[in-house]
Amino acid sequence: MDASEERPDTPDRKQRKSVVFDTEAVVVEGDGTVTKMASAEAAQDSAQSHAPSTPPLSDALGAFTNPNEAPVEEQAPAEDGLDLSMMKKKKKKSKKTEDADGEAAADGAAEEGGLDLTMKKKKKKSKKTEEDELAAKIAALEMGEEGAEEKADEPKEEQTGDMEKGTGIWTHDETKPVSYDLLLSRFFNLLSQKNPDHASSGSKNYKIPPPQCMREGNKKTIFGNLPDICKRMKRSEEHVTSYLFAELGTSGSTAGAGQLVIKGRFQQKQIENVLRKYIIEYVTCKTCRSADTELNKGENRLYFINCHHCGSRRSVTAIKTGFSAQVGKRRKMRTG
Amino acid sequence: MSIENLKTYDPFADAEADVDAVQLGGKKEDYVHIRIQQRNGRKTLTTVQGLPPKFDRKKILSVIRKKFACNGTVVADENMGEVIQLQGDQRKSMQEFLVGKQGLELDPKIIKIHGF
Repeated sequence: MDASEERPDTPDRKQRKSVVFDTEAVVVEGDGTVTKMASAEAAQDSAQSHAPSTPPLSDALGAFTNPNEAPVEEQAPAEDGLDLSMMKKKKKKSKKTEDADGEAAADGAAEEGGLDLTMKKKKKKSKKTEEDELAAKIAALEMGEEGAEEKADEPKEEQTGDMEKGTGIWTHDETKPVSYDLLLSRFFNLLSQKNPDHASSGSKNYKIPPPQCMREGNKKTIFGNLPDICKRMKRSEEHVTSYLFAELGTSGSTAGAGQLVIKGRFQQKQIENVLRKYIIEYVTCKTCRSADTELNKGENRLYFINCHHCGSRRSVTAIKTGFSAQVGKRRKMRTG
Repeated sequence: MSIENLKTYDPFADAEADVDAVQLGGKKEDYVHIRIQQRNGRKTLTTVQGLPPKFDRKKILSVIRKKFACNGTVVADENMGEVIQLQGDQRKSMQEFLVGKQGLELDPKIIKIHGF
């Protein structure tokens, strides 16, 4: 706890105080706080009856900043056998509060606006424990129940500290365990920061113009912008056509202006599905998912995809055009 | 004497198997292909090709016909072996049948659905 290092950003440290309260390691302490609150409410009638003994707000604030107050509080939950850790945290807290008071009263007050409520309650509680130990026992009982609520509140409090500035929970010599979610988000932040091109090419989805389908007569479909799409995918038209025919189980021919005439009725959506399959199978690189690839005929009649992005090379299954021809024949055989 | 460390899982086993399958090309009939073909009008045919030889196609067909409420035949093709042919678009139900507990319990990975 190096005070001099933290001094420049008091608000952060203030926030971190709340972190100190609420990180996993200090759950007990947090529980204790909440429990006290709850017990104050639960045993409200007793609290009311003791109303004169509960101190005014200003007093509570004073007590909260007063380190001597802490030990008094400790005594109440000590029965739970958790006092050791609590003591430690408490000491930390009191030290910090002293720092805060000595340094900046103004922002301290502002910060305490959020905090003093619990603190006051705590104070109330401590007073009460001095007076009757019954409330303390109730508190101990309710600890478990209130624990859940407290946990729900935790994440909000934990989001303190600026990662880039290295404050709050990200302080260099911070010894608190940082939660997994925070670490994960930090990792991805850093990753995207350090390699901006990485993120752009990785997340950018590959786009092709939608296929234009027209009906020719009743039984044929014209696929209008095949050359366009092929150019975009950097694949030969023959390859794409043969894949289309194999998948759709039909045949067809190319009309003028690069249009493809497919036998059978197909909707744009259906063609799109097939094209999507084609892209997954023959265009995108399986390693880095980029579409910046090239299809080459390698040795012994195998097709290989070379990725320009990551340099990987993989073989792809040949389109079984022979089989689709077989299917076509069978269909012809059946229909006459 | 064996060194435990050397007996690790081979991360490339799958990849190599894959490459093998690719290199063997059409010779290795380990995929079950489910295809669809358009007939006249809105009518379609579903073909199931490459079923493992341990299954009796006729029996499968008789079950399927009842189950999917469609007719079908077993077509013997000289290249593709026996192919089950069903009336209508039965790709989805066929896939479920091939994978499911009630059906053949095949590995979903070896089933390829073609068509739109």
